Amino acid sequence: MGAAGENYINCAKGLKSWLITLDHKRIAILYVISVLTFFFVGGIAALGIRLELFSPGPDVMNADTYNQFMTFHGAIMVFMVIIPGIPAIFGNFFLPIMIGAKDVAFPRLNLLSWYLLMFGAIVSISSLLFNGVDTGWTFYTPYSIKGSAGVINMTLGAFIMGMSSVLTGLNFIVTIHKLRCPGMTMKNIPLFVWALYSTAIIQVLATPVLGITLLLLVAERVMGIGIFDPALGGDPVLYQHFFWFYSHPAVYIMILPAMGVISELITTYSKKTIFGYTAIAYSSLAIAAVSFFVWGHHMFVSGQSEVAGIVFSFLTMLVGVPTAIKTFNWVATMYKGSVTLKSSMLFAMGFIFVFTIGGVTGIMLATAGMDVHFHDTYFVVAHFHYVMVGGTLFALMGAIYHWYPKMYGYMYNELLAKLSFVFIFIGFNVTFFPQFILGANGMPRRYFDYIPEYTELNRISTMGSWLIAIGFVIGLVTIIQGFIRKEKAPANPWGSKTLEWTIQSPPTHHNFESTPSVSGGPYEYR
Amino acid sequence: MSTVKTHKHAFHFDSADHEYESSKQGVWLFMVTEVLMFGALLMGYMIFKVTMPETARAGAEYLSWQFGAFNTVVLLFSSLTMALGIYYIRLDKRKAAQISLGLTLLCGLIFMCVKYIEYTSKISHGLLPGAMFTNANETVNLPLYFSFYYCLTGLHGLHVLIGMGLIAWIMIRIGKGHYGSNHWTGVEGVGIFWHLVDLVWIYLFPLLYLVE
Repeated sequence: MGAAGENYINCAKGLKSWLITLDHKRIAILYVISVLTFFFVGGIAALGIRLELFSPGPDVMNADTYNQFMTFHGAIMVFMVIIPGIPAIFGNFFLPIMIGAKDVAFPRLNLLSWYLLMFGAIVSISSLLFNGVDTGWTFYTPYSIKGSAGVINMTLGAFIMGMSSVLTGLNFIVTIHKLRCPGMTMKNIPLFVWALYSTAIIQVLATPVLGITLLLLVAERVMGIGIFDPALGGDPVLYQHFFWFYSHPAVYIMILPAMGVISELITTYSKKTIFGYTAIAYSSLAIAAVSFFVWGHHMFVSGQSEVAGIVFSFLTMLVGVPTAIKTFNWVATMYKGSVTLKSSMLFAMGFIFVFTIGGVTGIMLATAGMDVHFHDTYFVVAHFHYVMVGGTLFALMGAIYHWYPKMYGYMYNELLAKLSFVFIFIGFNVTFFPQFILGANGMPRRYFDYIPEYTELNRISTMGSWLIAIGFVIGLVTIIQGFIRKEKAPANPWGSKTLEWTIQSPPTHHNFESTPSVSGGPYEYR
Repeated sequence: MSTVKTHKHAFHFDSADHEYESSKQGVWLFMVTEVLMFGALLMGYMIFKVTMPETARAGAEYLSWQFGAFNTVVLLFSSLTMALGIYYIRLDKRKAAQISLGLTLLCGLIFMCVKYIEYTSKISHGLLPGAMFTNANETVNLPLYFSFYYCLTGLHGLHVLIGMGLIAWIMIRIGKGHYGSNHWTGVEGVGIFWHLVDLVWIYLFPLLYLVE
């Protein structure tokens, strides 16, 4: 073992030691920096969108610029922030430690994943050189065939980032299967690991389909192969099928790791054994399994048959079952627990509140008859922001605070962290709740302009976006202030029971002094 | 030929066997992604074939089943030599392993040469994908058939080329003494990949060439 006080951060020095590192913890830090940067860019685009929608008619940008802002916000947030977000940062850092391993199964592949994400991001963003892309993040044909040539860069970039996602998932599956320490049976792994496992299955199975779809779209643009082009006999609806066969499971790639984080947070801050460990673990797998059979609910008005519509409607509602199982188990865990309202716990409780709204409105959208009315309105926008922001980003913030002492070895200012929650939680609801009403009243999504009747609710929504921005800035200040204050973190500040809290903060290069061995479940509180 | 080096497993594995098992699982998972990628493209083709059976039949008439059948035999034989390569390296017969792998590489080369002949003859008749199609045949949507033909065989051909590169790489590593009876993970991994590339062709040949 190294000298006292040595850890993974100070065991090697210089930029190069970071760029060629094979240590899963250091790679996680690389992801922290890049994902937060992308989040900043995507967030600026979001604020731009909301600012433009403050009043009807053009205010701060023209319609073309607006469409590019909308596309960049979607593409960056989906492909560069919430898909890699929790798995690549916290999965990389804590998955090996939580199962008592020294690293992920394939450390070199792990580093390659990060470089692929960076490369894909650069290729994507280079589309700005070609008038930008204004198709929305879904690149629907035939418009994406006719419009800006930047679509080629954007989709190639998304393809490369998809490879990064596949390799991360593959790495995690093998790590979970092969590198568990003695006694760490599949019944003893933390629920975050179960969630990552389910996520990885989707990543490995669904992403290749998106890969080939995007390659076909590139071939369409470059050579005019016509498979998706009605002018050449091709079928644009086939593109939608292919796209959503990946992209619907992809929303579970985004939410499952978040649910895993929430399971960790709820049990830790309730000081109580998680209620229904097995149910939560298997409901993750159930969500992953069902996710492959629901893509048609994006296409209720794309001309698919009535029978297909009914079947997809039914299958989509099935997703509600495992999701509700998780929610009720979290609430049951808190019941008669010793709940401490740390900032992470606030985010976890905020998650349960907003995610339930997002989930229930999801059932409304799954009902084929109602979807005909809600389709492509702001109701859909509000729904998926309640799930993706209220779900994934809340969990991401909770995770950042929860694991901050372990990752960086310092404590942060609890009051500031709580303040960031207050702003984000209130701002989030002020921004997106009015959008449910706007959508139900018929305001279409993605439009640059709207009729004056919608002005008031749009103004409220835009003001909410400023509150969210303030909340995230406070969050960033909290993180930076923690680095400056340098208050040393103990090994286990929250009294948590999972393995990562048994080692020093921050961990040493090899995580454990000797391979641990466990004899019971991960949450033996009481 | 240098002597066989003893393989030292990476620090995060318990033993060389542990590392071997994990690596193999990783390779198999990667094969799953390949199946899904080819599967999606084949699915698109099957939908086309069901909705426009006439077009698929008209297109298949331009393909030479003789070339296709020859290539099928070549690839099947290469799978045998690949399997032999793994068999020999596990017995430390490095010379025999290299010869087997060399034969596999040669088969890949023959396959690509035949593919080249097929492509050039089609291109010279204007049988190109989609918008570039210039052949005088007026079957409705015939260009779409060739879009699928080039996408499927092109993606497969790319995999053959990548497989050939990987085989060349492990042949060099065998020459350097990196593989032997105590460590053959790389050889087996490349072997699994090569068999999959072969398997994909087993599906492509009847679905593209033998349309009745």
